[in-house]
Amino acid sequence: MLPKLFFGYFAAMITILSLLVVTRKNLVHGIMWMLLLFVHIGGLYLFLNAEFVAAIQIIVYAGAILVLFLFVVLLLNVKEEFKGRRFISSWQGRGFAAAALLLGIMLALQYAVIAPQGKYSIEYIQSETHTKVLGTVLFNEYVFPFMILALVLFVPMIAAVVLAVKRRKA
Amino acid sequence: MNPVPLTWYLMLSAVVFIIGVFGFLIRRNIIMMFMSIELMLNGVNISLLALSHYMQDMRGQVLVFFVIACAGAGVAVGLALMIAAFRNKPTPHMDEMDILKG
Repeated sequence: MLPKLFFGYFAAMITILSLLVVTRKNLVHGIMWMLLLFVHIGGLYLFLNAEFVAAIQIIVYAGAILVLFLFVVLLLNVKEEFKGRRFISSWQGRGFAAAALLLGIMLALQYAVIAPQGKYSIEYIQSETHTKVLGTVLFNEYVFPFMILALVLFVPMIAAVVLAVKRRKA
Repeated sequence: MNPVPLTWYLMLSAVVFIIGVFGFLIRRNIIMMFMSIELMLNGVNISLLALSHYMQDMRGQVLVFFVIACAGAGVAVGLALMIAAFRNKPTPHMDEMDILKG
């Protein structure tokens, strides 16, 4: 019973907070709600026995990405409200499209079949440690994607500097 | 074993993803649209981790690791693009970004 209550709290908070994030007029308020949302998602990850992922969720998302968002809100002056003609004016149609997509996913979930279970049971992860097990998989099976990931992180770093730097008139 | 059924996690993941889609569609502010994309990525991460836990397979968590790294890279380059676009046309609203319309 207690795990279900726990999950219910996190599910309700995550749903309410994500709705708050997408509906706030003030961007900074939205980002602050998003911080709380990421912390709650990290708590849900702990509940799924994924300590390492919960840690990087807090560190990368709540620590780095949200600060990046806050800095861009700081750099761009986005206060004023848009008064021009909108490309699509009604929001009901778009809400209906999203609801139809949700219905489709829920219907597809009814037919989901779980694959056979692997060897990483909770007892196995407890006897090793979680980070060690994750590192073993990452650096044995996925070492080549991991190296590509280094490139994936390196190229946007250069791109961000090249794009954001102010060009002087030649 | 976890007494919470797997379907609950997948439903929560679908709800978070759909709220992200909804926010992406209804909001016209470019920063808000980016935040909605982050919300969608988080929804997918929840389902990956839930499946990884219930199938007792570590590869789902490795995939979440990759998703978080790619999200960080995407946000960095996207926000730089936003600053570059803001320099040419100082508005955050996507309805005014109609240069390509001709």
